[in-house]
Amino acid sequence: MLRVVAVLAALAVGATAVYAQNAGAIAQRQATMKEFAEATKVVGPMMKGEVPFDLAKVQASLKVIETTAIKGKSVFPDDSKVGDTYALPAAFENKADLFARFDKLAAEAKAAQASMKDEASFKASMGKLISGNCISCHKQYQKPSQ
Amino acid sequence: MRLRTFVIALAVLAVAGGAAFHVLTLPAVAVKGELPPRPADLANGETMFNIGGCASCHATPGQEDGRRLGGGLALATAFGTFVVPNISSDPQHGIGAWSEQSFVNAMLRGVGRNGEHLYPAFPYTSYQRMALDDVRDLFAFLKTLPAETTPSAPHRLSFPFTLRRGIGLWKLINLDGRAFAPDPAKSAPLNRGAYLVNGPGHCAECHSARDILGAIVAKRRFAGGPALEGKGWVPNITPHADGIGAWSENDIAYFLEVGLTPSFASVGSAMAGVVLNTAKLSADDRAAMAVYLKTLPPRPGKAPPRKS
Repeated sequence: MLRVVAVLAALAVGATAVYAQNAGAIAQRQATMKEFAEATKVVGPMMKGEVPFDLAKVQASLKVIETTAIKGKSVFPDDSKVGDTYALPAAFENKADLFARFDKLAAEAKAAQASMKDEASFKASMGKLISGNCISCHKQYQKPSQ
Repeated sequence: MRLRTFVIALAVLAVAGGAAFHVLTLPAVAVKGELPPRPADLANGETMFNIGGCASCHATPGQEDGRRLGGGLALATAFGTFVVPNISSDPQHGIGAWSEQSFVNAMLRGVGRNGEHLYPAFPYTSYQRMALDDVRDLFAFLKTLPAETTPSAPHRLSFPFTLRRGIGLWKLINLDGRAFAPDPAKSAPLNRGAYLVNGPGHCAECHSARDILGAIVAKRRFAGGPALEGKGWVPNITPHADGIGAWSENDIAYFLEVGLTPSFASVGSAMAGVVLNTAKLSADDRAAMAVYLKTLPPRPGKAPPRKS
């Protein structure tokens, strides 16, 4: 009888370990996405023509996007799959693809720091950098917000 | 004697009813004979492809190339599951062997290659507003895309939605066959935006509430409504406080380009796929859509509170 209880207790502990989710990692992931958002808040109004073009600020934002994209690969640990998260399970099931997307974003943000030299080159390619990376990845791996 | 009269009357009524149903539900086409030859404008065809959102439904699922139109996406709706067909250039499984007038009739009247009614999951109620030449250019452009050999799968619908002929009755209410007519009193961008939004863009198809027959409720057009699939809510896109009243034209055009709202939140879900299409349009076309959306009658309508 004692043995049965011990086995059940061990199973319960094991099950808890499986289901306990890493809330810290989810918070860290959301903070990382927030960093992307902060960078786009700098370039977005320039794209809309609401504030004057500022090359130094654009390049600083691209640098933030580059380093954040590299960090992105560390904020999807398997134990953060379930919980209060907008990440779809597919993000954890296709990590090779997810990480390749972060690598692509980092590479494009890095290249853009050199290739965006003026307002015209900025306006010609900043939109594609955002839609081609942020939106295409969110389409695959983000839960609908409603 | 009385019984006999009754039976005869009933038979006459049945025949008349059947004949009426037959006539009322006859698939009507926009173009009967072959169209006169015309050089296609492939660049315009590509614009129509992008604003038309063909890729959003017809692209082969599980890969990201929106130009591979093998179909196969399953749309689970209240009427059953529609399986999106292959519209690639493959002559056997796609539309490679279709005539131009068959394609035009599918787009403008919802009539298939064999003269059958197509289900309105294919948004021909909006596409009917398109200019004939735009549809022809789109067809020419689609033919330049790769051939996919995935066979189209049948829809999985329940009775009575399995009866295609019944769509003819639905069309009497929902299909008037009128192409978009620009208003000469309005600016060129406003007319262009109205055309893109109501015609090829078919924005109202998702951004409106529908009645039990699946028809858009006129007073709720663009004011948002329950998603046709799943449990979500499609947002109000009229300039009302419940919708995009606080968005500037610039905000709308920027959203259609990069997928970020005025608060820089990223678009997700089905609209992410739409933005990947509108991102490929010209800045002028996105600006035109923005100009038009800001002129819509402001209508209330917001998502019900989430149930947890």
